[in-house]
Amino acid sequence: MTTVSLTVNGKQISGEVADRTLLSTFLRENQGLTGTHIGCDTSQCGACLVHLDGRAVKSCSMLAVQASGSAVTTIEGISQNGQLHIMQKAFKENHGLQCGFCTPGMIMSAIDMINRLGTDLDEKTIRHELEGNICRCTGYHNIVKAIKAAADEMAEVLQAAE
Amino acid sequence: MAAEGIGARVLRKEDKRFITGNGRYTDDMTMPRMGYAAFVRSTHAHARIKSINTDEAMKMPGVDAVLNGHQLVADGIGNIICGWMIHSKDGSPMNMGAYRALESETVRFVGQAIAVVVADTLQQARDAAEAVIVDYEELPTVVDSLDALKDGAPQLHPEAAGNLIYDWEIGEEAATNEAFANAAHITQMDLDNNRLVPNPMEPRSALAHFDPSEEHYTLYTTSQNPHVARLVLSAFYNVAPENKLRVVAPDVGGGFGSKIFIYPEEIACLWATKRVGRPVKWTSDRTEAFLTDAHGRDHHTTAELALDANNKITGFRVKTVANLGAYMSLFSSSVPTYLYATLLSGQYNIPNIYANVKAVYTNTAPVDAYRGAGRPEATYVVERMMETAAKEVGMAPAEFRRLNFVREFPHQTPVIMAYDAGDYEASLDQAMNAIDYNGFAQRRAQSEAAGKLRGIGMSCYIEACGIAPSQAVGSLGAGVGLWESAEVRVNAVGTIEVLTGSHSHGQGHETTFAQLVSDRLGLPTDSISIVHGDTDKVQMGMGTYGSRSGAVGMSAISKALDKVEAKAKKIAAHLMEASEGDITIENGELKVAGTDKKLSFTEVSLAAYTAHNLPEGMEPGLKEGAFYDPTNFTFPAGCYICEVEVDPDTGVVSIENFVAADDFGTIINPMIVEGQVHGGLVQGIGQAMLEHTQYDEDGQLLTASYMDYAMPRADNVPSFKLETTVTECPGNPLGMKGCGEAGAIGSPPAVINAITDALGIRDMTMPASPNRVWQLIQDNGMKQAAE
Repeated sequence: MTTVSLTVNGKQISGEVADRTLLSTFLRENQGLTGTHIGCDTSQCGACLVHLDGRAVKSCSMLAVQASGSAVTTIEGISQNGQLHIMQKAFKENHGLQCGFCTPGMIMSAIDMINRLGTDLDEKTIRHELEGNICRCTGYHNIVKAIKAAADEMAEVLQAAE
Repeated sequence: MAAEGIGARVLRKEDKRFITGNGRYTDDMTMPRMGYAAFVRSTHAHARIKSINTDEAMKMPGVDAVLNGHQLVADGIGNIICGWMIHSKDGSPMNMGAYRALESETVRFVGQAIAVVVADTLQQARDAAEAVIVDYEELPTVVDSLDALKDGAPQLHPEAAGNLIYDWEIGEEAATNEAFANAAHITQMDLDNNRLVPNPMEPRSALAHFDPSEEHYTLYTTSQNPHVARLVLSAFYNVAPENKLRVVAPDVGGGFGSKIFIYPEEIACLWATKRVGRPVKWTSDRTEAFLTDAHGRDHHTTAELALDANNKITGFRVKTVANLGAYMSLFSSSVPTYLYATLLSGQYNIPNIYANVKAVYTNTAPVDAYRGAGRPEATYVVERMMETAAKEVGMAPAEFRRLNFVREFPHQTPVIMAYDAGDYEASLDQAMNAIDYNGFAQRRAQSEAAGKLRGIGMSCYIEACGIAPSQAVGSLGAGVGLWESAEVRVNAVGTIEVLTGSHSHGQGHETTFAQLVSDRLGLPTDSISIVHGDTDKVQMGMGTYGSRSGAVGMSAISKALDKVEAKAKKIAAHLMEASEGDITIENGELKVAGTDKKLSFTEVSLAAYTAHNLPEGMEPGLKEGAFYDPTNFTFPAGCYICEVEVDPDTGVVSIENFVAADDFGTIINPMIVEGQVHGGLVQGIGQAMLEHTQYDEDGQLLTASYMDYAMPRADNVPSFKLETTVTECPGNPLGMKGCGEAGAIGSPPAVINAITDALGIRDMTMPASPNRVWQLIQDNGMKQAAE
């Protein structure tokens, strides 16, 4: 067993975990943050995607101990003061989800996409960047639409702030 | 139209919990003292089990129990059933081999469950499962259905000589043969429908709990039909009487058919929880899902189409061999028979049809319903044949279809189905306009100038949904009735709970079902809650599959609403001293027609529950239930057109345009219907271009992870252009037909017709992977050079 200390959704936590505990397992079982989902065993589907120190990682592909000392943000941590994140709102408004299982990973991936590439995203870029997230329900059509809509809205927000 | 009523693009009520990470899926649940299950699975596709040694595993830390099939049988747990009896053409019942939740004598596919370990942690359970030593005597293996029928093929079950489950037929053979004898042209093709793995993103999961003081079981599980699960677990697997077994299907992350069936793991967890005296949870990993979720499709077909001198179809003859895997899953027998061959008439007037289907055992995972279930296979056969026949007789594919369309309704096909309504030409015209069919030649010329090959292909599909009239399916061998139930509970303050036997696992019932109530009563959808997925709350239901929740599930709600409205009107008439016939319901108010007298729905509801002033003899309360049994199947239909560009240097196919024009009858929420079509299209395009389930000759599954099985990703597919036409279904009160499967049914032949058009070839096998397309281009080039 090893002690891990990290920040999860802004809250400092620490806990004892077996060395081989995955970050995804730690979040789901030790922290009860079940919005991070496990959809495969090979880091392909992206349902477990979280942000580690501001960068997207597949939490099924790293150990909890590797995340010690870092700041993790999960799907539960992106709403602010009860206000949905623009990306969450865009998924709802554009019917970018059906069963909801891939959705947390999709949203976290989409936010990361905008963090890395900015808000000027075309359809081709969005589709290419979603390569690491699999959805079986939506056919991606409305996910792409949602991300584009969110990117446009975030661009407006940024412009207004300038 | 009310603001949130039928036809409105209401945003989904269920979304908030999913976008915030607050969905509650089975694996999200834990219970005090819960143990974790891991299964010992066969590493061989066919072997006799000589011994199962659990000594080492039992000594490992945290392990409670290692249980096997001998104990399961001794405890009286029944064999897994198939719920649809098919008779062969000689009248004999299908030949079904015994299927046990845990096998202790002969394993017949890789991944088959042999034993279950329960331990304190998941890792302990998995480590102990690894330590169980199974001694096998390997047996010869067969994985392809045509090989399984050959003389001398390895035999799977003593009950099924020659691995033949049934040899079934439909239609008039002699009359069809005569049509061929008199044909002016015959088109003949060999058509394979590739084996697919459904792959809902949430893996299957089961959490079982036994309360010894009440002798009561609870099962949380990933089910599309929890009531059917309870019925089967109780009546056939002898887990517990129905009143002592609660099955809950909470949020379920997609199903596509694969979560209809009751699998060995659910049975084993229920059985194990009592034996070990603690709650037991099992969640599939993705490789287990590939190995053990029921697969889909896997047909080998030879089809022949007979035309007269005017290019009218006179006969259709189809021979299909269907691979059902190593065991018969719950509805497996119905898929290649009554869900397949009954759709072989397509959208066309075909006077003579004869189909013969042989279902076969092989050393592969069981095969059962997957999105479309039989209807994609039928559509693929029909629409590949139509496209090829048109080209062979020198007609434009659209014109050949027009010539043969069914135009008068009702239309009785030679294969059971009676089409009730449709306008196939309207969908065809709409799709051709939307894709600018006339501009294709110019686009093709542009592609050619850029060194690319361009092709266009269409598919005019029909399917049968609204599954199904109970008496009709009963006469065809179904073990259950396929009605649906609903209960509308009006609370004293006028808010409403609708209890439904349908189950939503992505379809958005919490929104669309509320829209129906809102449309009828004029109440906001916020005041209407949909309750589903729990056998303790909803009395009985048949679940969600076969695009039935709208046409059947909502029809049941509509019937219950009729009763609620009738009682509410009686109360309102009494309170307002008016005639019951003068009461109308509008915008949440009950009004006396022609006056300004009115009561709010809340006032009437409250009066029903205070019961201070009700009509003489009326019972208090406002709660009504209904069962709806369909009178016929429903027949969604449409036209899909796909336009592709192929890079001849690499064999990579890109879909440049895709139009879907569907007729679903009445649409409750266009936004949700469009989403269903998008998802179906990508599953169909996945089948046509990417997905293939590959076993090696020893029965090892080579495509058992997302590294090896090509799931469609966002950059493999385009955005779509969707159109709709509407002919209302006359068979149900809402005029609905169903939209859940159409995309997956109609799209594969459109894609393959487009690719073969681009390549200038007739035949190709799905999936159209770059390697296969490139090879076809080389072969075709060599053929042309030789000519």
